Amino acid sequence: MPAEPFPITTARYADVDLSVSPSRAANSEPRSANSPRHPPVDLLRFNTCGSVDDGKSTLIGRLLYDSKSLMEDQLEALERSADITGGGQVNLANLTDGLRAEREQGITIDVAYRYFATPRRKFIIADTPGHIQYTRNMVTGASAANLSIVLVDARAGVIEQSRRHTYLTALLRIPHLVVAVNKMDLVGWSEERFNEIRAEFESFLPRLDIKDVKFIPISALLGDNVVDASVNAPWYPGPTLLQHLEAVHIGSDWNLNGFRFPVQWVNRPHNPTEPKLHDFRGFSGQIAGGIVRQGQKVMVLPSGNVTTVKEIHTFDGPVAEAFCPQSVTLLLEHDLDVSRGNMIVAWEDHLPGASTTLRANVCWMHQRPLQVGKKYFLKHTTHTVQVVVTEITHRLNISTFDQEAAPATLGLNDIGEIRLRTASPVIFDGYETNRLTGSFILIEHGTHSTVAAGMLFPPTEVVRPENDEFVI
Amino acid sequence: MSTYHLDHLQYLETEAIHIMREVAGEFERPALLFSGGKDSICLLRLAEKAFRPSELPMPLLNVDTGHHFPELNIFRDHRAKELGSRLIIRTVEDAIARGISTPAPGEVSRNRLQIPTLLAAIEEFRFDCCIGGARRDEEKARAKERFFSFRDSFGQWDPKNQRPEIWNLYNGRLNPGENMRVFPLSNWTEQDVWEYIRRERLEVPTIYFSHRRLCVRRQGQWLPVNQLVPPKPNEEVRELVVRVRTIGDIISTGMVESPADSVEDIITEIAAARVTERGSRADDKSSEAAMEDRKKAGYF
Ligand SMILES: Nc1nc2c(ncn2[C@@H]2O[C@H](COP(=O)(O)OP(=O)(O)OP(=O)(O)O)[C@@H](O)[C@H]2O)c(=O)[nH]1
Ligand SMILES: [Mg+2]
Repeated sequence: MPAEPFPITTARYADVDLSVSPSRAANSEPRSANSPRHPPVDLLRFNTCGSVDDGKSTLIGRLLYDSKSLMEDQLEALERSADITGGGQVNLANLTDGLRAEREQGITIDVAYRYFATPRRKFIIADTPGHIQYTRNMVTGASAANLSIVLVDARAGVIEQSRRHTYLTALLRIPHLVVAVNKMDLVGWSEERFNEIRAEFESFLPRLDIKDVKFIPISALLGDNVVDASVNAPWYPGPTLLQHLEAVHIGSDWNLNGFRFPVQWVNRPHNPTEPKLHDFRGFSGQIAGGIVRQGQKVMVLPSGNVTTVKEIHTFDGPVAEAFCPQSVTLLLEHDLDVSRGNMIVAWEDHLPGASTTLRANVCWMHQRPLQVGKKYFLKHTTHTVQVVVTEITHRLNISTFDQEAAPATLGLNDIGEIRLRTASPVIFDGYETNRLTGSFILIEHGTHSTVAAGMLFPPTEVVRPENDEFVI
Repeated sequence: MSTYHLDHLQYLETEAIHIMREVAGEFERPALLFSGGKDSICLLRLAEKAFRPSELPMPLLNVDTGHHFPELNIFRDHRAKELGSRLIIRTVEDAIARGISTPAPGEVSRNRLQIPTLLAAIEEFRFDCCIGGARRDEEKARAKERFFSFRDSFGQWDPKNQRPEIWNLYNGRLNPGENMRVFPLSNWTEQDVWEYIRRERLEVPTIYFSHRRLCVRRQGQWLPVNQLVPPKPNEEVRELVVRVRTIGDIISTGMVESPADSVEDIITEIAAARVTERGSRADDKSSEAAMEDRKKAGYF
């Protein structure tokens, strides 16, 4: 059958301003950065957390409402739901509490993601649940955040869940924390109460290693200090929450030292007759750390073979260098055995650790407790390996932030420190130096439930090739 | 700003490519749902970015409700051919004939009926993973969705018991009969999709652009007049300059009045829009939890 000419009436190409990007040649520079009409917009990912009913969902609703980010049909839906459930009162939390069970009970069960933008920034919001039963969902929402807002009910002050979420924020190494003291309307906008809560936080913050902390008194319900400054708190000179979100400096989250490339997929076209593709064998993945350059020497782990990068291939053409977190395909000089789960790293600075024994902090997320001696799957970068838990060294006491030594188990929502032995070596960094190569999840056999989030301690020794003999 | 900086679209792109490749790495028999709509057009480009110069390691799948806009199906077939990908089409018509989908008395909409059709296709080809173009900003139940959304052996979504999804570590392990739905565009907004279409110079069906069309006013919307939507005697019919913002079935997709004749115009229009794109879809308005209920039954 002859190829049918495509009827021009049903499709059209996006018209492109040629002054912006005349060529399709690959370019590692952001293409839009050159265009005055589309200045680069950066992205801030933040989450709300804190105890049940502290007003997290209401705050997100208020932020969207007052920043005029809501559309007419969303407002109509909000008003409709008010008539049914709210006795005529609009409930701003309904904007994110999107599940029927959530609206029935007035609580958040799972993370809701919302997107909004101001002229200054784009935002991805994760509204996470406060209920202790759903801590796993709080961790889900927080793990990708650059900034975390912990809400506190001004009447109740700092309670266990506020401490747990603050600790998790620190453990996940989210660089910015905002403590939003909410429901200030219910304590008569008392500066004294605000200072008490602030002091309580400040008494334990030094133990947590959070770089940047900001305290803001708000009323999510009424909108004070959310988008617009409050007239009720003349004693608070600082920015509103939105002003802070727009201004906070977000440096790169990504580690640009130490090239790390977990191989995701081997790109091997099956076109034996196409001369150009016949010998194509690329290794596709997302750079998890550092920068890679064409011609650079790299080592494949765990084999330890050393070779050079022949080409950095992308769909838009080859590039001279690429950096974290770009997705590329590497062509290597030598024909080596490389497959999914292997890691390609820079030779020979900033080498990672390689070990079958690991030390980690874990957040346990399942009803069935963690047991010493039990086997799990560990997924780390693109590598899944069997592990056995050899020891639970500590469990965190949330009320005192003390480490209790040698507990028998870790139960649901416990945070603790464990040791693991793996069936084959894991190539890793400490979580504090690289989030992507320093984190893992544990998966239960049989049910395949994700039961833990883990953050690795730095390696005690780095990969040490015995000699250079295997260097091809 | 350092040179080692990704703008937000480049960030969304690399996130989506990573997810596509995780699918290729973790599943035996994945499929990519391709309708010809704007979101799945972006998905295909991301698949090209993830897998070229190899063939895309998954066939394309489309459930044809029989109520599609004809322009869309022509575009779908053209694009599949251009990519050299296998396109599998399963129709609701056929599912009804074979007793897989059973319409309720007087049920005209194919919205519910496409669910068993999709589940039957998944079973027929033993797909363990389907990549879809759903976005969290579309709808409040979608806003709760994971990138890797686990479905039990009945295709059901259990929103109260989703797998935690931490950092970029996706748990793709399944038992036989279970299934994963994967949404690489989860973090994209309507605006991002159009900006990506502009940046990548992607071809899109012409119904997204302003054109003249005979429309009938029904339940506060302008529906396109066609054999399936014949105007009733006292309904208002007008020829309008319209386009679609989101494409559903031809019997429920509201046409929006718009002069937007280029991608640039569309981007400007969306930036100033006062309603969401789903505001023009009757299928989501039927109840407060319409989308949640359909997803629990196996819908995307
Ligand atoms: N007076 C007053 N009430 C508030 C304020 N913020 C929230 N509330 C009320 O507190 C209740 C709980 O609010 P939500 O926003 O649902 O709380 P949440 O923190 O999201 O709860 P979970 O997600 O279930 O943990 C609702 O009745 C809100 O109206 C406030 O600033 N002042
Ligand atoms: Mg909530």
